Amino acid sequence: MIVETGHYALVLALALALVQSSLPLWGALRGDAPLMAIAPPTAVMQFLMIALSFGALTYAHVVSDFSVANVVENSHSLKPMIYKISGVWGNHEGSMLLWVLILGLFGALVALFSRGMPDDLRAAVLAAQAWMGSAFILFILLTSNPFARVFPAPIEGNDLNPILQDPGLAIHPPMLYIGYVGFSIVFSFAAGALVIGRVDAAWARWARPWTLLAWTFLTLGIAMGSYWAYYTLGWGGFWFWDPVENASLMPWLAGTALLHSIVVMEKRDALKIWTIFLAILAFSLSLLGTFLVRSGVLTSVHAFASDPRRGVFILAILVFFIGGALGLFAWRSSALKPGGLFAPISREGALVANNLLLTTACATVFVGTLYPLALEALTGEKISVGAPFFNVTFGPIVAPVFLLMPIGQMLAWKRGDLVGALQRLVFAGVLALVVALVFAAWRGEPVVSIVGTGAATWLIVGSFVEIAGRVRGRGAPLGTAFARAIGLPRSAWGAAFAHAGLGVTLLGLAATGWGVEKITTLKAGDSVDLGPYQVVVRALETRPGENFKASVAPSAILSGGVEVARIEPSRRYYPSREMTTTEAGIATLGLGQVYVSLSGENDDGSVDARMYWKPLVSLIWLGALIMGLGGALSLSDRRMRIGVAKRARAKAPSAMQAAE
Amino acid sequence: MRRFALFFAALLLASSAFAVEPGEALKDPALEARARDISTGLRCLVCQNQSIDDSQAALAKDLRLLVRERLTAGDSDEQVRSYLVARYGDFILLKPPVKTDTIVLWTAPFGVLALGALGMALAARRRRGLVEAAPEGLSDVEKAKLAEALNEGNQ
Repeated sequence: MIVETGHYALVLALALALVQSSLPLWGALRGDAPLMAIAPPTAVMQFLMIALSFGALTYAHVVSDFSVANVVENSHSLKPMIYKISGVWGNHEGSMLLWVLILGLFGALVALFSRGMPDDLRAAVLAAQAWMGSAFILFILLTSNPFARVFPAPIEGNDLNPILQDPGLAIHPPMLYIGYVGFSIVFSFAAGALVIGRVDAAWARWARPWTLLAWTFLTLGIAMGSYWAYYTLGWGGFWFWDPVENASLMPWLAGTALLHSIVVMEKRDALKIWTIFLAILAFSLSLLGTFLVRSGVLTSVHAFASDPRRGVFILAILVFFIGGALGLFAWRSSALKPGGLFAPISREGALVANNLLLTTACATVFVGTLYPLALEALTGEKISVGAPFFNVTFGPIVAPVFLLMPIGQMLAWKRGDLVGALQRLVFAGVLALVVALVFAAWRGEPVVSIVGTGAATWLIVGSFVEIAGRVRGRGAPLGTAFARAIGLPRSAWGAAFAHAGLGVTLLGLAATGWGVEKITTLKAGDSVDLGPYQVVVRALETRPGENFKASVAPSAILSGGVEVARIEPSRRYYPSREMTTTEAGIATLGLGQVYVSLSGENDDGSVDARMYWKPLVSLIWLGALIMGLGGALSLSDRRMRIGVAKRARAKAPSAMQAAE
Repeated sequence: MRRFALFFAALLLASSAFAVEPGEALKDPALEARARDISTGLRCLVCQNQSIDDSQAALAKDLRLLVRERLTAGDSDEQVRSYLVARYGDFILLKPPVKTDTIVLWTAPFGVLALGALGMALAARRRRGLVEAAPEGLSDVEKAKLAEALNEGNQ
């Protein structure tokens, strides 16, 4: 009964979405206040209905109700509770339900927290959000019903793909989706603004916190996914330009560009057309990603769906929304007046350069991901586009971004002083050089790694130079400096941390060049030298798990004969699906990691293993966390908070005139 | 869904051994280093964008052994690659060769950059034009408008 209630709630959500997509829009165009007022309560109600539906599916998974097809296919009564819950979104139907849940969530959040917005804009934004809600709920109901029953109900389920039974999977998809789907609200903001013709600095101020929120979660989600791949897939890699990874990287790049251009629009009323375009682009790429992953066009570790009906349906949704938004954009954007003027060397100019490089990087990933598909469809020729391609194209395009980031931060709005900016960055430059030289002397080749550490230092130190200048001024005493540091807007700290975080990630990436790798056969009692450490295998044994059997190689890591850590690399065999997974043994020592991954067992009882010492590798993900922290800091800035928008609206006209 | 799960299971079952295995390595470290280098650029044909150096699939193992066999026989790196391309097509190269089919792929990134930079430069020139064209004071029309607005304010 609960399952049917969930199904019914989803149908109700569709009805609400249809109401929300039509009446408020009509109201916004006609200036009819009662019609516009329908939007917020329906948005909240629609979200609650989807949440009820999601809750019902979760309930079915938790109690292992094997009369539900989705539970049979993806669950097992012996599965640990956390995976019974995460299994809800570890499959096609459930993950689409999570998709619309987050779509609805963002609509409800805007309904609840954007009271300061003009009613017509809010109604149009919520209507646009509901159009997407309607399309995707319809998709679920027609092609991917998670509530379908089976009769007779089997005794036991097929279990979740063991590779997905991991704490990382419990967190990664929801986070990634909040980011990925979060851009939908920015898309709706753009569509709404185009429909009612309100594209100005105030719009940027309302849309910016949502962009920041989505970006922060997408950053953390991608990092989480990459770490999950790193420790479960067992080959020590963390990014291998898989189309599914690219599908999340593209919205991130477009979203990062948007995050920067929307600041220009808010502060200077410039780059309006471009900002609106990026707002449309970021979510269009999320839609494209959803199509790639969910349609079965690709077959990779992430794609656990294949059914052509679904593919065609999503393609239709994709074409409708991207085409519709771009059409609206082409029709309305010519009416947008160019805003504030600026010289090429200025904060705006630097942000334009940032946008150019980021969108080019995004285009590179786009072409690299879709070209093989297009070529095969057109000529039947099959080619592969992998890491070596992206290294020579994506790399050189992104490298200047690292170089320009601290400089851009130092330039003033409207007209900047390049020489002055560079002078203030001398310290960061010298420090970068010193660090690079130290690494060159200490670790030596490869050159890319040496240059990378220099660039990372430049980025990390350079990110804080601007703040240091504002805090210390001309040698203010420490007490004053501290008071000033506290008084600085949080968004200034946020930007500094986000930029420095990228530098930290870059440092981790650069250091991969100095890793040590051993591919060897291990027996109990063996000792292997690995960089500065020794790995001693204590035993090779078999242990039972909750729903698997594991062969484990408990090992000790010694430094100068003293034990510093213990690891237990293992291979798990899941009888329910007759599958084997590897669980790497990872010990974080300082900022580096010892990584041991087991492969096949040999007849003589020994096991094959890949062993690594990866110096500074944890910085790759630590940097992403710092970037996320930067995003959160900016978001907590009181200027981003709700209610301020009202006062800003009162001031906006005068500010805009001054800018023109 | 089920079809894919089966495919996936088959993939993993076929591959209880994985990536480069200890037994495969060549005695000569220089030759082995070359083999690793070549392997990282070759696609495991049954995997998704994974090199044979990283892949657990049985086919990847065969290819790794094949690469080492050719190297031991005295082939140059280039000869090994063209031998494999002759057998499996360009699909095996993770870095597609530059030819008519892939010219768009290779020129797109830097083409987009060049076009974007051109657009930026044009926009900057237009803005400079606007700055120069903007008169220092107010135009007559604007003066009239201002007077009108002030009058309205006074009433």
